Amino acid sequence: MSATTHRGPAATAPASRTGTSPRTRKYRPRGSRGRGASVALHATLLTASAVAVFPVLWIVFISLGPGSAWQQPSEVVHHLGLANYRFVLFHSSFPKWFLNSVIVAAATTLLGVLIAASSGYAISRMKFPGHKSLMWTFLITQMFPVAVLIVPLYNLMAQLDLIDTYLGLVLVYCTISVPFCAWMLKGYFDTIPRDIDEAGRVDGLTPFGTFWRLIVPLARPGLAVTAFYSFLTAWGEVAYSSQFMSSKHATLAAGIRTFASDQRADWGSMTAASVVIAIPAGIVFLLVQRHLVAGLTAGGTKG
Amino acid sequence: MTTATMDPPARVKAPRPGLRTSLRRSWDKYWYAWVMVAPVIIVIGVLVLYPLAYGIYLSLTNATEQNVAKDIGPVHIGASYDFVGLHNYWQIISGQDGDFYPRLEWTVIWTVSCVAITYAIGLGMAMLLNRPVRFRLFYRLALILPWAVPAFIGVFAWRLMFNSQYGVFNDIITHLGMPQQDWLGTPFAQKVAVIIVNVWCGVPFMMVATLGGLQSIPNELYEAAEMDGATPLQRFLNVTLPGLRPVTSTVILLSTVWTFNMFPIIFLLLGNNTTGDTDILVTYAYEKAFTGVSDYSGAAAYGIVILLILVAFSTFYRRQLKSEQV
Repeated sequence: MSATTHRGPAATAPASRTGTSPRTRKYRPRGSRGRGASVALHATLLTASAVAVFPVLWIVFISLGPGSAWQQPSEVVHHLGLANYRFVLFHSSFPKWFLNSVIVAAATTLLGVLIAASSGYAISRMKFPGHKSLMWTFLITQMFPVAVLIVPLYNLMAQLDLIDTYLGLVLVYCTISVPFCAWMLKGYFDTIPRDIDEAGRVDGLTPFGTFWRLIVPLARPGLAVTAFYSFLTAWGEVAYSSQFMSSKHATLAAGIRTFASDQRADWGSMTAASVVIAIPAGIVFLLVQRHLVAGLTAGGTKG
Repeated sequence: MTTATMDPPARVKAPRPGLRTSLRRSWDKYWYAWVMVAPVIIVIGVLVLYPLAYGIYLSLTNATEQNVAKDIGPVHIGASYDFVGLHNYWQIISGQDGDFYPRLEWTVIWTVSCVAITYAIGLGMAMLLNRPVRFRLFYRLALILPWAVPAFIGVFAWRLMFNSQYGVFNDIITHLGMPQQDWLGTPFAQKVAVIIVNVWCGVPFMMVATLGGLQSIPNELYEAAEMDGATPLQRFLNVTLPGLRPVTSTVILLSTVWTFNMFPIIFLLLGNNTTGDTDILVTYAYEKAFTGVSDYSGAAAYGIVILLILVAFSTFYRRQLKSEQV
């Protein structure tokens, strides 16, 4: 397998923590491992990847069969086709839900990240009364169960005439995503050296100008992670959207349940719809995945 | 390591004499910061704190679907619910409603097992991925996939696979010559199933977070440990784990809170086929609020109790961390 050969010095540096039973074998350079260890490593990773990927592939597989494919999975191979997709895309309300979800998720992401970023920056760089309690509030807000907020929020939205509107749902989703994003971003901004701010100020930028022109471009990994989080939150949220939106404005998560929750679940359409839904999420994910590790840990740990 | 996450809850300072002048002075000094945080404050204030206050008020009444204000056609019916004080809370705490303690017990089991298993697997995967491995990018993408797929889709996939008649798990085990199982039939099986699904959904976050933590541990520490003759286990216990502490403490706190409040997985995986045994506090409260005759006040009281439990837990948790760090 891969790492049995002795590696050059360049490869040893990141590898120094491997060391599988180094004492019992004869001398082996740092960072290399025996054939057995390599096999075990790859076997574990392969198994784990299979478990992670299988449910998703299974849905893709079923969706390609006829409508009743989920009852005879073995038949799917002989009847591959796009009938489910055709039904979902052209003969159901799915495109409407999809559009609704796109609008709501995009608006939530944009609004959430924007306002979370500016306050995250303020908390990170400026000492002002209330900045500690604000951090604490962000954390507490994560703990709010749906059950405590949903009825009062419903009443509030009804008073503001925002029930069954995009704006209403976007605002509701901001309550979920903004505190988390601000918390994460504050942590991320902390990792950016203050010298940069000072250089910007010396060159005559306002604090907001410093933030907008210098820090935001540098904070791209952190922003990417929070955008990803906001988008996924809005894209997959179930509880609020199924209570707040009528069938005309239903988002995907609420709408797709009508395929499944009835007495006879239409799994064919369900699976096809799921695949179509997963695609935008997957694209967003691919765009930000290289930033995920950096953005998440900086925010999470130094928060 | 005093990080801001470890800040104690800020205490409200008593107003000093000359409130107006000191307000003016602090406005002059801090207006820039306040303007920048204003949008968040407004959002949280209007959409979280106000509903919270309203929820607390509801929890002190006996509001149900039947007696709240509503419009039937042109006729407006005013609210006719009464203030009942702490009655709802007493019902819950004293166990008189018969559901709180069983639900709490299961919620705690669910949270602890989910967080522990997720963390263990996430850490394991992160340590494997942190080594030089061929195809590392492939493995990483594959392992993060459950996070990229919206939770409700993952849940539907599992539901399909668990299906007792046609699910793929039964196909597999019948091929292996074992009898079919009713994966979601008994309450116990359902509990195991929801934990499996939640772990599946939660591992990627843990893995990514701990992977970053692992990468931030300086290599010299491992080299020094190796020079001193530390075994791999000793290196893990004495270098890796302490080095991961800042990450660990944050992700465990976050994922405990998230799991405790995990709504969609239980709600969607089991649908209406439950006996109620698998309901955690949050799903139970949601059902109270939206099925049958909606019991708004009861649900609100449950929500507040859940919130109090979580706030108490996280306060205690952070204090504990702080005292260990000193």
